[in-house]
Amino acid sequence: MDTKEIEAIRAQFPILKRMVNKMPLVYFDNGATVQKPEQVIRSMSQFYEQTNSNIHRGVHTLSRESTILFEQARETVARHFCVANAQQLIFTAGTTDSINMVAQGLAKNWLRSGDEIILSTYEHHSNILPWQVWAEENGGHLKVIPLLSDQSMDYEAFEKLLSPATRLIAVTHVSNTLGLQTDVSRIRKAALQLNIPFLLDGAQSAPHMKVDLTELAPDFFVCSGHKMYGPTGTGILYLSERWLRELPAVRTGGGTIKTVSFEKTDYVEGALRFEPGTPNIAGVIGFAAALDFLNTIGMDKIAAHEQQLVRLAQQLLGQLDEVEIYGRSENKAAVISFNVGKQHPFDVGTLLDKFGIAVRTGHHCTQPLMASLNIPGTVRATFAAYNTEQEVDFFVMKLKRVIEMLR
Amino acid sequence: MSSISEREAEIISEFELFGEDWEARYEYLIDMGKDLPSIAPELKTEERIIQGCQSLVWLNSTYADNKMHFTADSDAIITKGMVALMIRVLTDQTPEEIVKAPLTFIDQIGLREHLSPNRANGLVSMITRMKTDSAAALIEHKN
Repeated sequence: MDTKEIEAIRAQFPILKRMVNKMPLVYFDNGATVQKPEQVIRSMSQFYEQTNSNIHRGVHTLSRESTILFEQARETVARHFCVANAQQLIFTAGTTDSINMVAQGLAKNWLRSGDEIILSTYEHHSNILPWQVWAEENGGHLKVIPLLSDQSMDYEAFEKLLSPATRLIAVTHVSNTLGLQTDVSRIRKAALQLNIPFLLDGAQSAPHMKVDLTELAPDFFVCSGHKMYGPTGTGILYLSERWLRELPAVRTGGGTIKTVSFEKTDYVEGALRFEPGTPNIAGVIGFAAALDFLNTIGMDKIAAHEQQLVRLAQQLLGQLDEVEIYGRSENKAAVISFNVGKQHPFDVGTLLDKFGIAVRTGHHCTQPLMASLNIPGTVRATFAAYNTEQEVDFFVMKLKRVIEMLR
Repeated sequence: MSSISEREAEIISEFELFGEDWEARYEYLIDMGKDLPSIAPELKTEERIIQGCQSLVWLNSTYADNKMHFTADSDAIITKGMVALMIRVLTDQTPEEIVKAPLTFIDQIGLREHLSPNRANGLVSMITRMKTDSAAALIEHKN
């Protein structure tokens, strides 16, 4: 993207005009949540101003209109992720919510005592805890794929972990702390051979790259709307055709049924079976607006732009003697994690904030990864479509000043 | 022996010298962090850790002759600077004075952001712990 294109993108984000500590905001905490373009904010206020009513219920005009908007949003999500049947996409509150729905559902009819679930060392806590809870309550086991010295996944070790007791593989598509990508084809191959379902956590891939679920063909795919320029409290649970039929719904209530009597209830088929109660209608509409925003620019273009920023950041940070970069790679998502000598990430982040630069510091909800690297945490900068090379330059310049101050 | 409010006033006048220059203010804070002696490793126990900090803070409170004595440490230098400031104001004061001290100086030296309810920040928890330890000493040694 050239400067003009990026300026046009930046102009759509009201928050980027904000000053922080008397400095222009440089927002590099996109891995935690991404800022929202005007069209997302407007789509939601427009909904409340003109259409607001409950969906799938009323015969009146507003209810019909909001139902159409909601189901159109599902179609938008399906197109975005290259899924032919939109019913395979269930709206949730986010990645964490989605994984919990899968874990609790599989606990009912798939996972049994003694079963093993394979995870990787660099999973986010959200893709560890639901499985750990199941394992503790049901006598199951978690098997962890180790990392190689460059922090990439050790696929040979992964293949050795597979056993007749393996019942599920749940791995992240992109490490939220390191930005490294998982070789999904390798995971899928093993899963298919042994007929083991696999869950792909797309929280950190979906915001940065084209994700084609027909090609990746996971059994479960999860991601968050708010990391994709949409509102908080939105997310996706994608189910393969098989699991759309077979995954037990762990929550029930209004809107999920054909008929209810006190003796027996018949449930609807498809996505609605998993969406009891009144959903986050405005949020879902905002999420669809965010996907429209992304697709107007194009995911490939965004990916290329962010790659350029990561390469620049790696190159400039690499010139600083004190800086150690984790998960260094020429082919990774827009995430860069580092430490400055023995300085605590908290100190570095606190001083960068004084310069108006927002980074994340700490363990990034990946304590097992931190333990494997033998560090308490890192400083993490994550980029989005609206970030610029000038911002990366400014960040590195101010980081040098921070290093001086802490010396 | 200066009172809590006298010590606060002293710190406020030191920070006034920096005016609007936040970099100088933080460099001063960092220096205070560096100058604060580390506590003995055996004092860095689980019970002495103050919850709610992204950086770790250990606080060791002792009571003698109607005075509280504090030593503390942190693995982050800015946090340690804040710790040093709190110790400077509160150590060797009576538990009564500590419990009722409003401690407004933090606001006045431009470090208000450290009082936010953000989980990353342990200053509020540290002040709370210093006060509850003092209150406990007060109750225990009342008679």
